[in-house]
Amino acid sequence: MDTIPAPPAAADSAAETWELRLYVAGQTVKSVTALANLRKYCEEHLKGRYKLEVIDLLLHPQLAEGDQILAIPTLVRKVPVPIRKIIGDLSNQEKVLVGLDIRTV
Amino acid sequence: MQDMLASSAAARPQLPKAPTGIDGLDEITEGGLPLGRPTLVCGSAGCGKTLMGVEFLVRGILNHDEPGVLMAFEETADELTANVTSLGFDLKALQAAGKLKLDHVHVDRSEIEETGEYDLEGLFIRLGYAIDSIGAKRVVLDTIEALFSGFPNQAVLRSEIRRLFRWLKDKGVTTVITAERGEGSLTRQGLEEYVSDCVILLDNRVIDQITTRRLRIVKYRGSTHGTNEYPYLITEDGISVVPVTSLKLAHEVSDEIVSSGVPALDAMFGRRGFFQGSSVLITGTAGTAKTTLAAAFAAEICRQGKRCIFFAFEESPRQLVRNMRSVGLDLAPYQEQGLLYIESSRPTLNGLEKHLVTLHKLVAEQKPAAVIIDPISNLITVGNTAEVSSMLTRLIDFLKVHNVTALFTSLISGRNVQQEMTEEGVSSLVDTWLSVRDLEGIGERNRGISILKSRGMSHSNQVREFIVTDEGIQLLEVVVGPAGIVTGAGRLTQQLQEETLALAARQEAERKDREIERRRRMLEATIDNLRTEFESVEEELRRINQEELLRQQAQLTNRQQIASSDGRPSAASPPLA
Repeated sequence: MDTIPAPPAAADSAAETWELRLYVAGQTVKSVTALANLRKYCEEHLKGRYKLEVIDLLLHPQLAEGDQILAIPTLVRKVPVPIRKIIGDLSNQEKVLVGLDIRTV
Repeated sequence: MQDMLASSAAARPQLPKAPTGIDGLDEITEGGLPLGRPTLVCGSAGCGKTLMGVEFLVRGILNHDEPGVLMAFEETADELTANVTSLGFDLKALQAAGKLKLDHVHVDRSEIEETGEYDLEGLFIRLGYAIDSIGAKRVVLDTIEALFSGFPNQAVLRSEIRRLFRWLKDKGVTTVITAERGEGSLTRQGLEEYVSDCVILLDNRVIDQITTRRLRIVKYRGSTHGTNEYPYLITEDGISVVPVTSLKLAHEVSDEIVSSGVPALDAMFGRRGFFQGSSVLITGTAGTAKTTLAAAFAAEICRQGKRCIFFAFEESPRQLVRNMRSVGLDLAPYQEQGLLYIESSRPTLNGLEKHLVTLHKLVAEQKPAAVIIDPISNLITVGNTAEVSSMLTRLIDFLKVHNVTALFTSLISGRNVQQEMTEEGVSSLVDTWLSVRDLEGIGERNRGISILKSRGMSHSNQVREFIVTDEGIQLLEVVVGPAGIVTGAGRLTQQLQEETLALAARQEAERKDREIERRRRMLEATIDNLRTEFESVEEELRRINQEELLRQQAQLTNRQQIASSDGRPSAASPPLA
């Protein structure tokens, strides 16, 4: 598996800016934890090529429908496609990285 | 005292309810679903759970001006809109008017990765936003268990769903939650039924190839409710729960009389016909002119300018019209005038309830004076006796409440003739019962009609023979023979005999008359003879008298002559003396 070279698309995606969105509902423990975890992973693996948007649904409830948000907190990877969602407080680093398809360097 | 008790019972505070507007459901639930509380609608596939939810919302908007939110987990808004368009629900227009909000929640396991703790606050926020944006009073969640396929953590889900129900209650919205039926429990997760305040179970059952949908209220916190299983239908106008009938016998009665369409038959009733709004049953074996009697009644109703609905379960409208024309009943003009409506279908076309709903709808539309069902015995093919009987009870109730005269025909099999029982057991429900039967004699069959019962009026006790002629049904005069009433050929024989006897008697009388005349003439002749004889005798006697008189005169003359010649011898006198 490791010997298979990364597809060109993946190489491109590595170059482009990642767009991440984290949906939270107020400053709950879970939300705060999730945000802290996410910041940490991004700094570690995507430094300088990610855009993180935090949306508080208590302030903008109309935005929940667009991304089909049910669970809180939810992390949505908008770019690169396909869209991926990770729910929970993102405490399991390995799962988050696999879920976001971030190849550890 | 009784009144006071009754009024206090009526004034007792009831649990506030939200009327569903669904035909019949509000009667069973005694007013609707619990207001501001969650209600679970569960059932297997194809029961109409989603439809019930949508109808609850739409009726709430249209009838009660209560905006609603539909959160669909399985179908998209477009699919839902398309699905209910055929029922006349225009979801797009309602959405545009700001009365309805459709929110399709898409849950896809493959898109979701789970790491660490989470809750479903997003769902709450979405729902809350939807409710607040249009001021919704009613919410439908269809089908909430789709969440279970999207989120692997059951423990979180269960507690979140509990929290959702609680939250909905606090919001004060009347909620309908649909759920698939599980194995051995009402729902798959075995959760929703415990947190709902009202549970409605829908069931789709196939018995003998006929599908019947049934509805049962399993629980209703804080309220009494109908506990039976009630059949319901999905019609062109949405869901219709069938027992839209009065459960009490408290309908108004009419004192008017309607003619049976056969004058001689009317004469057998004390009041010359049936009561308006009563139910009439005609039972008989095959070929005893039940349909003809029914058609005669229909024609009579239409002749008076009233409407009549004829349910023909055995003949098509054209066949019926043609057949009745052969006995002098022309129904076609009444059909053209719109007075007579013939609804023909095979009983097996629909379940019993469908027939009942069709009838309800037609009666509501046409407002007829009479309804004829020919025959009810055919309905047994689509249900068992108990079902047919309960359907007919509801039917009779319904028609009575609407003061519609009902006439049913029922075929009874040859074996049952003696018992005179209908298989449907409705004979006790009807007010008037006519029996037509074959009077089988030597080598022939004749039709006889008799009245078995007629509530509220006296009636003839005779079995009258009747014939179906080109001019309709005619009851024949009663002919009493030496051994009772005679019919058919016996009747003819009896009539011939009587005619012969009458002729003989007439001839005898004439003969006697002639004899008298003859005697009289003989007597007169004799009298003439005697008179003639008397005349001749009289003449003879008169002649003798005359001669005697002459002779005496002569003698006297002679004597005077002798006296005058006194002293002078007379030559003749002495010797003559």
